[in-house]
Amino acid sequence: MAAEELSRPAPGGDLPEHPDRLWRNPEPRRHYDVVIVGGGGHGLATAYYLAKNHGITNVAVLERGWLAGGNMARNTTIIRSNYLWDESAGIYEHALKLWEGLEQELDYPILFSQRGVLNLAHSLQDVRDSVRRVHANRLNGVDAEWLEPEQVKEVCPIVNISPDVRYPVLGATYQPRAGIAKHDYVAWGFARAADALGVDLIQHCEVTGLEITGGRVTGVRTTRGTIGAGRVALSAAGHTSVVAGLAGIDLPLQSHPLQALVSELLEPVHPTVVMSNAVHVYVSQAHKGELVMGAGIDSYNGYGQRGAFHIIERQMSAALELFPVFARAHILRTWAGIVDVTPDASPIVGLSPVDGLFLNCGWGTGGFKATPGVGWCYAHTVAHGEPHPLNAPFSLDRFVTGALVDEHGAAAVAH
Amino acid sequence: MMLIPCPWCGPRDESEFHYGGQAGVAYPADPAALSDAAWARYLFFRDNPKGPFDERWCHSAGCRRWFTMVRDTVTNEIRSVHRPVSR
Repeated sequence: MAAEELSRPAPGGDLPEHPDRLWRNPEPRRHYDVVIVGGGGHGLATAYYLAKNHGITNVAVLERGWLAGGNMARNTTIIRSNYLWDESAGIYEHALKLWEGLEQELDYPILFSQRGVLNLAHSLQDVRDSVRRVHANRLNGVDAEWLEPEQVKEVCPIVNISPDVRYPVLGATYQPRAGIAKHDYVAWGFARAADALGVDLIQHCEVTGLEITGGRVTGVRTTRGTIGAGRVALSAAGHTSVVAGLAGIDLPLQSHPLQALVSELLEPVHPTVVMSNAVHVYVSQAHKGELVMGAGIDSYNGYGQRGAFHIIERQMSAALELFPVFARAHILRTWAGIVDVTPDASPIVGLSPVDGLFLNCGWGTGGFKATPGVGWCYAHTVAHGEPHPLNAPFSLDRFVTGALVDEHGAAAVAH
Repeated sequence: MMLIPCPWCGPRDESEFHYGGQAGVAYPADPAALSDAAWARYLFFRDNPKGPFDERWCHSAGCRRWFTMVRDTVTNEIRSVHRPVSR
């Protein structure tokens, strides 16, 4: 072999070192003050705020798969707070305010882009409901405007406002502070920050049982052994019914597949976020250039993380009527997440019938936008053993008292 | 798209059907006698199993009749289909 060949570096040898890992990958300890079940965005944010706001750092986040590989990896990353009722405005607006400072808080880029959201109205009833929601938002300090069709066109020039379509655009609500963020970066930012504060993030660790003694939770059984816990905080989204069932707790949840899709990478064409309740379209263009669209839920209960293609077809036909410019775009891939839907389209966050066991579920199709807000409030709930004022209205017992928070109108995906 | 075997019409596309949720949830015999908790249970709580599920479907774009189907909620495998039992 020639000398010059020997002196050449090995293939790839001139590449930089692997970047630093963002978090440790520790073995589970035998006992924690708090065990969080579910390593998605909500679980990670809760762990972070438990450590940061309440000084509780002896915390483990247990994740069945890999961190943020469930709904956190499957959502359409839309962030907004323009919900109808005071209770919802409280928690979603708290979340939006946290989003606005989150890059600094986590010292990590999350590509948070406040490009605004348009919620289209297609019928007279839509218009009335939308204007009502704008007024309600303003009374709650949430930025909101009503836009006529021409103004919609100014904000988003590619929207078809022709009256000559099946569902014409009669106007839209507009929340300028709404936007999108890079979902993976959000999860990694929270994971890295929680890890730095001492939280153990434990992946490939499925919870298979809950240890309950005298009506109080004392630990969890997992595929990596039994782990003692002072408190256990569920944050398992579509699988909450399964996990809560381990403690004999029934919840008013139904798990459904919710599908989304992306196109191939395109030039920047879509400057904002557009949602349409009536025709089940919500679409934005990610930083990289792909169009990100969501569909309505598949009607039946399902845990399969896949849905039927006719749902996608229906969604695409509606999207093409609204955005004729998309006609030549190609779908790159479609997927589904499992969303846990409640009867009133509002979440359940608070205490459970078992002492020391806490519930965070029922976010249905809208959990991503709440990530920092629910982490903040759920951490408070777990730390103090009583609900934070912002999540107190979202208790499990509202289904008995009748104090529902009906957000079907603002939840954007028909259930 | 599932191929759903309607007990009257045979196998048809899922898009011809409407979903009706958990099967076998009886209307309370004396609703006024129920406690708030029991009424809430009837109204809002349904099983949500990961696995076989007894559920109601209506062949709304076909014979428009209701039936019960046992389907695995993970694999969508249809275990059995049967007509409602007349009382």
